Amino acid sequence: MSGKTVKEILTSIRQGETKSRDWVQQSLSAIEQIDGELKSFLLVDPEAALQTADRIDNGQASERALLRGVPYALKDNIVTKGVRTTAASRILENYIPPYSATSAQKLEAAGGVMVGKTNMDEFAMGSSTETSAFQKTANPYGKEYVPGGSSGGSAAAVAAGLVPFALGSDTGGSIRQPAAFCGCFGLKPTYGRVSRYGLIAFASSLDQIGPFTRTAEDAAIVLNAICGHDPMDSTSARGQGEIDFTEGIDAGVKGMRIGIVRNLPEEGLDPAIKAAVEEAIRTLEQAGAQVVEVELPHMEYAVATYYLIAPAEASSNLARFDGVRYGRRAEASGVIDMFERSRSEGFGMEVKRRIIIGTYALSSGYYDAYYKRAQQMRTLIRQDYDRAFAHCDVILMPTTPTTAFKFGEKADNPLQMYLNDIYTIPANLAGLPGASVPCGFAGGLPIGLQILAKPFDEKSILRVAHAYEQLRSFAWQRPVLGVAE
Amino acid sequence: MNYETVIGLEVHVELKTASKIFCGCKNNSKSEPNTNVCPVCMGHPGALPVLNKNALELGLRAALALNCQINQHSKFDRKNYFYPDSPKGYQISQFDKPIGEHGYIEIEVGGERKRIGITRLHLEEDAGKSTHAADGSHTLVDFNRTGVPLIEIVSEPDIRSPEEARLYLEALKSIMEYCDVSDCRMEEGSLRCDANISLRPVGSTTFGNKAELKNMNSFRNVQRGLEYEVERQRELYEAGEPVVQETRRFDEATQTTISMRSKEEAHDYRYFPEPDLVDLDIDDAWLAQIRASIPELPAAKRRRYEEELGLPAYDAGVLTADPKTAAYYEQVLAAGADAKAASNWVMSDILGALNSEGKTFAECPITPENLAGLIGEIASGKISSKQGREVFKAMWETGKSAAAIIKEQGMEQISDVAVLGPILDEVIAHNEKSVADYKGGKDRALAALVGQVMKATKGKANPALVNQLLIEKINAL
Amino acid sequence: MKITAETVSHVARLARLAMPPEDLRQLAPQLSDILEYAEQLQQVQLDGVEPTSHPFHEVNVLRDDVVRPSLPRDLALANAPEAEAGQVRVPAVLEGGGGA
Repeated sequence: MSGKTVKEILTSIRQGETKSRDWVQQSLSAIEQIDGELKSFLLVDPEAALQTADRIDNGQASERALLRGVPYALKDNIVTKGVRTTAASRILENYIPPYSATSAQKLEAAGGVMVGKTNMDEFAMGSSTETSAFQKTANPYGKEYVPGGSSGGSAAAVAAGLVPFALGSDTGGSIRQPAAFCGCFGLKPTYGRVSRYGLIAFASSLDQIGPFTRTAEDAAIVLNAICGHDPMDSTSARGQGEIDFTEGIDAGVKGMRIGIVRNLPEEGLDPAIKAAVEEAIRTLEQAGAQVVEVELPHMEYAVATYYLIAPAEASSNLARFDGVRYGRRAEASGVIDMFERSRSEGFGMEVKRRIIIGTYALSSGYYDAYYKRAQQMRTLIRQDYDRAFAHCDVILMPTTPTTAFKFGEKADNPLQMYLNDIYTIPANLAGLPGASVPCGFAGGLPIGLQILAKPFDEKSILRVAHAYEQLRSFAWQRPVLGVAE
Repeated sequence: MNYETVIGLEVHVELKTASKIFCGCKNNSKSEPNTNVCPVCMGHPGALPVLNKNALELGLRAALALNCQINQHSKFDRKNYFYPDSPKGYQISQFDKPIGEHGYIEIEVGGERKRIGITRLHLEEDAGKSTHAADGSHTLVDFNRTGVPLIEIVSEPDIRSPEEARLYLEALKSIMEYCDVSDCRMEEGSLRCDANISLRPVGSTTFGNKAELKNMNSFRNVQRGLEYEVERQRELYEAGEPVVQETRRFDEATQTTISMRSKEEAHDYRYFPEPDLVDLDIDDAWLAQIRASIPELPAAKRRRYEEELGLPAYDAGVLTADPKTAAYYEQVLAAGADAKAASNWVMSDILGALNSEGKTFAECPITPENLAGLIGEIASGKISSKQGREVFKAMWETGKSAAAIIKEQGMEQISDVAVLGPILDEVIAHNEKSVADYKGGKDRALAALVGQVMKATKGKANPALVNQLLIEKINAL
Repeated sequence: MKITAETVSHVARLARLAMPPEDLRQLAPQLSDILEYAEQLQQVQLDGVEPTSHPFHEVNVLRDDVVRPSLPRDLALANAPEAEAGQVRVPAVLEGGGGA
């Protein structure tokens, strides 16, 4: 990893040593320098960013603003008023939202400075950011490797040091997996912790916005700014109250119970990853954590469950892209023709594939066999976690079975690609918070350790991750594409 | 062969909320096109629905008033279909857990009470308004109506004639108006009705192929459309031709129904639970509170008018059909008027005048208190019933009280014997022939004498008293 | 469950996607694979298990019936590919579609 942390930047600005403009300028220069090759951004607006920075430097943000002057990037499925938002799809190529997402508004209100919008898999459907209609983002640790996905642009931008933090969204691992592939910290909060209002929906009951940062502590700072109940999102959690996620983050792991999964599915698990995760667990155990075994008997069904529920919801969520009120419209003489052509021209193959799976799973005669059974399995998966967390505070496992793969390597076999999500998907099905923290390298590519906790217990995750960051033994390798220290 | 008609109705009623069902835009589809729209009701990417509490409560009130069982654990579902005025590509509706089920409405057919079952009542959002260019070249879409809260009320196939269908709709409208959940203006689209109609041989228990009728924009057209359909289907059966299961449109110009002849793909709405909204859990206390907000409903009121006020069934029916009529009538009674006299005045004079001028009760120039005053003046004999009509007219035009008009126009009846005596004597003295005729047994001659007295008093003499005094005087001659 | 190109074609039509035959041929075996994989859910005893449609059980999230500002019409129509007389213009709708 390279670049400064949010905490360092905030401290410097607050102490008057530097100004927001300095950091924003630095971020823009880094983008200028590196992103031509990295291709993590879909849109950068230097002028607007510098203007915002100047306003903040001239005292517009309060001294206590949580992110005063800190530059950041947003995944391009988070809508921004007046700033083109595409979800990396041709169908939204020229879409200028008339409103901003709640999370975007909150970052703005906290004094953050948006420098641009990041690349992603089209409508967040993918695990490599290759399904973007516009460009392929490289992995900062190897140009021929994917950054993971779907929030690949945000992960790559943070890992390369272009911005100190970025927001992504996680439906089946889309924050944790690219964080693991790119070697940065990625947190998917509890479902409902962060408002989904203005997040272009993929699967409404699974989607959750969260931060990419260099450290767990930075993620806590960003989460402080974006969390909270939103009256515009019926599913955002009520009664969250005032929480400071940085509080107690350095309490250490002594006495904490760390769950490891007995009979964890290990088909396709890279031995180097297995070893790195085991080493990380030993490190925490030596620091005073107690390791307990837990069982997740239905985990093997998670991928099948997810790949029915997510496409079903997606097939409906993406019905609004019909060429009527916004977005791409194909020439046609009749309206049905117009719908069909606009959607066919506007959506890429992976999106179409998922719309078709989802439509099939919901269609009459198949609902009970597919969608309903998947929802029933979802109940059993949730209950597995309820039982497991009766015995532990966090559960640790690998974030991904492999390190980053090469471009095109898995594009022809969608099912194989889906099976790689085995470790990240269950948290979305159960609504749990989960993070990926770098825990080593294999063949020069980063490895991620996944930390899961009970609903609304992000604090335990952050505490364990922070402790691990202080203890970890591996030597950091510098990204090939990244800013110099 | 004799055929039996089987009709089921699907009615959509717009709820009278201030804002839309899932966003804060104004619930007013008549504003300038696309002025009451936002990211939510225009289905912009990322926008999310939040349920309007008032819409839910009005829906529950309607369900209770229609004797429905309430599903206290209820939820919303997505009904997926593509149409330019359906901005999200799905409609948020309710599928397997509608807020109300198993209700009924009572109607009166040929003096008999009949129950029409209500299968279900659910909440949903309205679609936008599409205007198709006359030349078929394009369609314009206004999204002001998207997200207007609706309840859909589906009847059982219990309706046996077009007339029953109209009675059911009238009763339904009346109940909705009493509960103050909707304006129910069919012409303006705040109440919309589709009908399923089929015939079957009398005695059969299975259903024949049905036609789904659309585009009937008044109660009268519902009845006419159905009447046409009964005949059309009967002729087909009698000619041994099949009735095609299809959607037909009522054509107002020709008063017929026309096949929509669409190559209709079998609908597959792919319902599934709406993940953007949470479930509903309506507890007993909340339900009791909503139940308490329901006023006396037309059926109960009608019964009370008949039993307690002694009104004829017809009067009770007319007075209770619309809550504003009933409220006006009850205020007339509260001001001291006799129940039957008040009924007569309200039914014929007030309703007649309002209708002919296209006015509502809010615009009625005669207050209930003033109408009670007029009824009192007649009852006390101060003016005759005939004079009463003139006073009514003047009250309607000026808004003044009966007493004021009677005074202004010097219309008080003369019922004083001391005043009438000399006038009668004079009339008797000048009309010997009539007097002789009457004495000779020609009763009609008396009317001529009364007429003379009325003429002499400019119509102010109390006719009953004049009659009685004349007889006494002539007999005493 | 073997998915044929015809099935894919039918489903694509429901989803309003015009799919060229080569896409249908490519998708059919992929969908077969995915649905075959999903068949493992058929092997599990799930009778009587409540379905989960939200990760957490929350009820009655309601909004007061208060009117809030709508979008200015220009902004509401700014993204429309075609607008006319304050309305969104679309190609002709033939009778027979629709729901509600």
